[in-house]
Amino acid sequence: MTAARSIPVATRLPQVQEETGYPEHPPRMGFFTDTSVCIGCKACEVACKEWNLLPSDAPFELTGMSFDNTEQLSGSTWRHVAFIEQRKPVKAPDGAGDQGQGSGDQGSGDLRWLMASDVCKHCTDAACLDVCPTGSLFRTEFGTVVVQQDICNGCGYCVSACPYGVIDKREEDGRVFKCTLCYDRQVDGLTPACAKACPTESIQYGPVDELLQRAAARLQELRQDGVADARLYGHDPADGVRGNGAFFLLLDEPEVYGLPPAPKVTTRDLPSMWRHAAVAALTLACGIAAAFATARR
Amino acid sequence: MTEEFASYYNRRILKPPTWREVNIGGYLYLGGLAGASSVFAAGGQLTGRPALARVGKVAALAGITLSLVALVEDLGRPARFVNMLRTFKPTSPMNMGSWLLAAYAPLAGVSALCDLTGKLPLVGRAACYGAAVIGPAITTYTAVLVSDTAVPAWHEGHREMPFLFAGSATATAAGAALIATPRSENAPARRAAVLGAALELAAGRLMRRRIGMIAESYERGRAGSLLRAAEALALAGTAGALVAGRSRALALLSGAAFMAGSACLRLGVFSAGVASTEDPRYTVVPQRNRLSAASQDRDRQYA
Repeated sequence: MTAARSIPVATRLPQVQEETGYPEHPPRMGFFTDTSVCIGCKACEVACKEWNLLPSDAPFELTGMSFDNTEQLSGSTWRHVAFIEQRKPVKAPDGAGDQGQGSGDQGSGDLRWLMASDVCKHCTDAACLDVCPTGSLFRTEFGTVVVQQDICNGCGYCVSACPYGVIDKREEDGRVFKCTLCYDRQVDGLTPACAKACPTESIQYGPVDELLQRAAARLQELRQDGVADARLYGHDPADGVRGNGAFFLLLDEPEVYGLPPAPKVTTRDLPSMWRHAAVAALTLACGIAAAFATARR
Repeated sequence: MTEEFASYYNRRILKPPTWREVNIGGYLYLGGLAGASSVFAAGGQLTGRPALARVGKVAALAGITLSLVALVEDLGRPARFVNMLRTFKPTSPMNMGSWLLAAYAPLAGVSALCDLTGKLPLVGRAACYGAAVIGPAITTYTAVLVSDTAVPAWHEGHREMPFLFAGSATATAAGAALIATPRSENAPARRAAVLGAALELAAGRLMRRRIGMIAESYERGRAGSLLRAAEALALAGTAGALVAGRSRALALLSGAAFMAGSACLRLGVFSAGVASTEDPRYTVVPQRNRLSAASQDRDRQYA
């Protein structure tokens, strides 16, 4: 590997715990989901449901969306495996035989089956956390974003604020729920249930700076093997949410997997919104005052 | 316009708002009615128009009471409403709004009750002016509330939305005054109604021009019908207000048109927001455009 050919990837994500005000804290922890080795077993979905005691998403329906009958992340589904079937010429790397992405033919095929396990991104700039009016959503010492269920009053503001469509309300309960990165396991030094259950290490858990290095190395490896579509998603501290605590290696555009291509935390525009609202409020007051001043008896 | 874009089985990316249209659309409307009515009440009090002042005070109290009921009713856990006040959090417009309401609602209440009972007149007058100071903020903070989301139709319109809501609030409060005030005192309401309607129409048009393809969500379906009705009613109300000095019946009709138009506008804006989350194109296409604009900028820098 030569320096000239390496793909630039940031080596650090913001240490968001310090910004939050934790004087001492463990390293920022997160997920790196390498979708190139996902086999679509859904063990992550099951392990998450079991550990976190999540209710089912009734009613169960066959969707016709390949093997995806989970459909989406929700208040009671915190890992979701997407399945994408594509007609696309696939060539296995030279001398490597069929690497499992092809149709099963020797060496090449024209059907590509993409699988990816989606999860809450635990954004550096988390809109859900910003807009929560009660302080129910908070930043943990691990740099993740978690709902305090005894505080949430079910206002639903976070649901509309999330640029990824992750957090959602359980109608029968009235409150919102999302991935906690298995906060209860983390404090005991355990790996989150989904990563623990993943049989191919598609879901990797650890300090985000270490995961970033692994992601960069894996991207490099795939590119050198000729997988030109490989890319990282959510890893960039210069993006609209200053990077995610959970980032991904994808084999196509993010929107193919149901992910927004360039999400932005809505509160970045909040100062401008308040300024416009203040001017509009003044306009209203002056307008009505003018109507009184010019009205005749 | 048919931009090519990729999606996951054409499913939405965002979650649609969990808010119910009648509650939160109604809240946006009633908050506007209350906030602007307080300004009319203060104007009436200051310029010796007691009937206009009373209508403003009563409309403000009724509006803010009903809007609070709608707001609490929409919570998944209504009993935990007071949790809104356990922090002071400027990054959350809903939190700031709760504090605004906590300051405004008692003032509006005291102002109206003192006027109706004739007791503590000085306290009532002071409360009336206090409510008029906070009132304009009550009408426009709701624009920040809806814009500070990932909902494309709401967020992208964040510059114009406060002006749209200010115009709509002025028109509906003036409408209430036109309906319930005698002809001798309704001249300021007639003028303000026309101003409000003009602001509402101009801000709405400007917003749809500036948000590009997302404007479709304001023009199609239920939102499109509601917003076309809102424009027609605002124009009808304006025509009525311009000649309503001569007839009580005309003032009544004109006032009703303004109030109905403003209600349609709020429900239409709410509906457009929901529609813009349901279709992934409103999420993907603008973000793709932003990415390609940024990469063109980079190319120019390095060229």
